[in-house]
Amino acid sequence: MAEALLRVEHVSKHFGGLLAVNDASFVAEKGGITAVIGPNGAGKTTLFSIISGFQRPSAGRVIYEDADITFHAPHKLARLGIARTFQIVQPFAGLTVRENIAVGAHLSCRSRRGALDVADEVARAVDLHPQVDRLAATLTVAGRKRLELARALALAPRVLLLDEVLAGLNPSEVRDMIPVIRSVADRGVTIVMIEHVMQAVMQLAERIYVLSEGRIIAAGTPNEIGGDARVVEAYLGRGAARRMTDRAPRD
Amino acid sequence: MLSPVILVSAVLNGLMTGAVYALVALGLTLIYGVLHIINFAHGALLTAAMFAAFFAYKLLGLDPYVAIVLLTPLFFGLGYGLQRFVIGPAGHGEDRNILLVTLGLAIIIENALLYAFRADTRTINLPYAFNVVEIGPAFVAVPRLVAFAAVVVVAAVLWLIMRWTDTGMAIRAVAKEKMGAELVGIDVAHIYAMTFGLGTACLAIAACLLIPTYYVNPSAGNAFVLIAFTVVVLGGMGSVAGALLGGLFVGVVESLSGLYLGESLGQIGIFVMFILVLLLRPNGLFGERS
Amino acid sequence: MRSLALIGAVLALLAAVPAVVTSNVVLNFLVFALLIAVVGQGWNILGGYGGQYSFGHAVFFGTGAYVTAILQARYGVNAWLGLCAGIAGGALVGAGIGVLGFRAGIKGPYFALLTLAFAEVFRIISSVSPITGAGVGTLLKLDLRPEAFQFQSRVPFYWIAVGFVGVSLFIAHAIENSRFGAYLMAVRENEDAARALGVDATRVKLAAMTLSGAMTAAAGCLYVQYFLFVDAGIAYGPWISIEALLAPIVGGVGTVLGPLLGAVVVRAFGEATKLVTGDAPGLDLVIYGVVLVAVVAFAPRGIAGLLSRWMSAPPVERQRG
Repeated sequence: MAEALLRVEHVSKHFGGLLAVNDASFVAEKGGITAVIGPNGAGKTTLFSIISGFQRPSAGRVIYEDADITFHAPHKLARLGIARTFQIVQPFAGLTVRENIAVGAHLSCRSRRGALDVADEVARAVDLHPQVDRLAATLTVAGRKRLELARALALAPRVLLLDEVLAGLNPSEVRDMIPVIRSVADRGVTIVMIEHVMQAVMQLAERIYVLSEGRIIAAGTPNEIGGDARVVEAYLGRGAARRMTDRAPRD
Repeated sequence: MLSPVILVSAVLNGLMTGAVYALVALGLTLIYGVLHIINFAHGALLTAAMFAAFFAYKLLGLDPYVAIVLLTPLFFGLGYGLQRFVIGPAGHGEDRNILLVTLGLAIIIENALLYAFRADTRTINLPYAFNVVEIGPAFVAVPRLVAFAAVVVVAAVLWLIMRWTDTGMAIRAVAKEKMGAELVGIDVAHIYAMTFGLGTACLAIAACLLIPTYYVNPSAGNAFVLIAFTVVVLGGMGSVAGALLGGLFVGVVESLSGLYLGESLGQIGIFVMFILVLLLRPNGLFGERS
Repeated sequence: MRSLALIGAVLALLAAVPAVVTSNVVLNFLVFALLIAVVGQGWNILGGYGGQYSFGHAVFFGTGAYVTAILQARYGVNAWLGLCAGIAGGALVGAGIGVLGFRAGIKGPYFALLTLAFAEVFRIISSVSPITGAGVGTLLKLDLRPEAFQFQSRVPFYWIAVGFVGVSLFIAHAIENSRFGAYLMAVRENEDAARALGVDATRVKLAAMTLSGAMTAAAGCLYVQYFLFVDAGIAYGPWISIEALLAPIVGGVGTVLGPLLGAVVVRAFGEATKLVTGDAPGLDLVIYGVVLVAVVAFAPRGIAGLLSRWMSAPPVERQRG
C-alpha cells in the first residue's frame, strides 16, 4: 500500500452564505494519479485553490508528508514541492516559452544560464521545444496548456495539481496530452487532477473522487465510479440516474 | 476650546462641501463601475469645467446656475468624445496603457489651461454669494445649500436614468457582464463613451455649483480629484451610495481638520486619510481586474 | 555578451562627447538629460521590469535632493557622504512605501494613486517645514572643490553623470540576466502564476522598489550638486514624476537603454518647445502629455520597440518554387 503523500481532511469553505466546499476529505497516494471529478460548480477549483495556498479554508486541514500546510502561502508550497496549473491558463504573455519555463526552473537554479538550460530540457519533455523562442502570447490553447504543465514541471515537484489541463483541447490534442501526463507520473510525481474529460480520467486515474455541491459523494477505482448511480445522478440528475438503473444492467 | 456653534457650523459646511465632493466622486465611481478604469483626468476635467463656468459668467453673463444648462451637454459631449476617440483606441484595452492615457490627458488639459490662463486665481462675485440662511445655531451660505439640493436632484436623476431608460439598462448590463452585453448586441464602445460622458457631465454640474464660492485656477481641480478618489475608495469603487455617503463624510472630516490644523496642513489630512483608506481597506474588494 | 558590449559602446560614446563639444549649452542639456536618464532607469526597474507604475517617483528624487542638501547646508556634512545618505534615504522611503503598499495588496492604479499621494504629502510638508527652508527652499554654498562635489567647469559633472548612467545601465543589465529579474518580470506578467512557481512576489516587489528609490534618489543628489538649489516644487513636484515615467515609456519600458534614449528625446522635446514658444509655463508639459498619449497609442514599446521591430523585419521573400 503506497503511503499517502497529500491528505485533505474535512476541508470546508464558506463564501458568505454559500458553502462551496463541504467537509471534503481525500488522499493522494505517493506516485499515483488521483482524479477529482464532478459537475460544474461542484467546488473542485475552490478545493485546489485551498490546497495550493491561494485561499484559506473555513475548516479542515491539508497535510503534506505529515506536515500541516493548510495556511502556507503559494510560493512556500512551491518550494516544498507542490506545483499547480491553472484552469484558465496564465502564461507570462510577454515572455518567451523558454523564459516562462525558466521561472519555474529558477527554484532550484540560481544562475540564469542554468535555468534557461533546464527550461530547454523540460520543453523537450513536453514536446514544446520547437516553440521555445516564441512569445507565450502567440501559442495556441493546446500550446499554452503544455506551457502551463512545463512551468509546473520545471519546479521538479513531488506533487502536481492539474486543474482541467485538458479543457479546451480537441480530441486529438487530448490524445497527445495523455501520454505526457502518464510519463510525468511514471517519473514518480504524484498527480492530482481535476478533469472533465472522462476518457482521460478513466485511462489515467487509479483513484477517483467525485465532488458534487461541495461534498465528496463517491470514491473508488474508475470501474467502481463508472457504475455508481450517485455519480450519474450528480452529473445528469435524478431522472437520468433512474432511467439508467431501470435499464437492464450492462455486461 | 471651540464653541459648539463653530463646530456645528463646520459640520454643516462640511456636509454642503461634501455634497459636491459626492457629485465629483459619483462621476468617478460611475466610470470605474462600468469601464473599470480609474480616470486620472477627472481633476483636470473638473478644472476645465470650472474655467468654462467662469467664462460663461464673464463673457456671456450667464449665472452659474443657468450655465449648468449649457455646460452639462457640452461636457457630456466632451467626455463622450474623449473616451470614444482617445482613451478607448489609444488604450488598446490594456489596463496599464489606459492608466497612462488618462494621466496624459490630465497633464495635457491641466497644463493647457495653465498656458492659456496663467496660474492666477480668479473668482466671480455674485450678488447672492454671501447670503446666508439660518439652520439651527449655524449660518449656511446660500450657494452651499443650493449645491446640496442640486446634488440630491442629480443623484435622483441619475438613478432614474439607470433604472428606466434603455441606455441606463445597457450601462448596467455592460458594468455587470461586458461580454454578455456584447453578445446581445449592445455597442460596448458606445456605452463606455456614454458612461464617460455622464461622468464628465457630473463634473460640469459640480463646477457650476462650486464657482459661486470657490476660486478657479489651473490646479483647482486637483484638490478635488484626490478627495474624489478618497471618497470612492472609501465608499467602494463602483458604488453610487458609497460615493454619496463617502462624499458627505469626507466633507465633514475636511472641514473639521481644517478647523483644527489650519489650511495647508488640513490638506495633508485629506492625503493621509486617503493613504490610510487605501492601505486599510481589505484587498480583494478591489484591485486590478484579472 | 552582445548587450554588455553595446552598453560599453554607448558609455564610451557619451564619455567622448566633451572632447568634441565645448558648448556649455549642449553640456548643460546633456547633464540634465543624463540625470533624467538615471531617474527614468529607477522608474524602469519598478515599472518597466516590475510592472508597478508609479505616478509619484518625485518622492524618491526629492528625498535624495533634500537629504544631501540639508546635511550639507545645515550640518556641514561632506557632499559625498551626503550622496550616500541621500541614496540611503531614497532606499528607505522606497522600502517604507513598499512595505505599506505591497503588504496591503495594493496594485495597478491604486499603487499609482498611493505613490502620487505620498509625493504630494512630502511636497506639502517640505513646503512648510523649517528644516527644508519651507517656501524658500535650501541653497547650497558655493564651494568649487571636487571634495565638495562641485567643480569649476561642467565637464567633470558631465563625466560623473555619465558614471551614474553607466552604473544604472549595468544594474538594469544585471537584473535582466538574474533570477531576481526573472522573478520580477514574472510578477509583472502574472502575479498569481508567479506565486504558484515559488516567487515571493511581495518580497520581490519590495526589493525592486527599494532599489528604484535608491537609484532615483541618487539622481536627486546629483541635481542638487549641479544646481545648488532645491525647494518643494523642484524636489517633489509633478514635473519630475512625469519625466520619471515619460523617459522609459518613450524609450521603451523594460529595456536597459530605453530610459536613456527616452530621456534624451524627451528633454530634446522640452528644450525645443521652449525655444519655439518661450518660457510660457505649461506648454512643455502639454507637449509631454501629448507625447505620452501618442507613444502609448502608437508605439507602446517605445523607441526600443520600434528599433527592434525594424531590425527584425523579415528579409525579402525567396522566390517560391
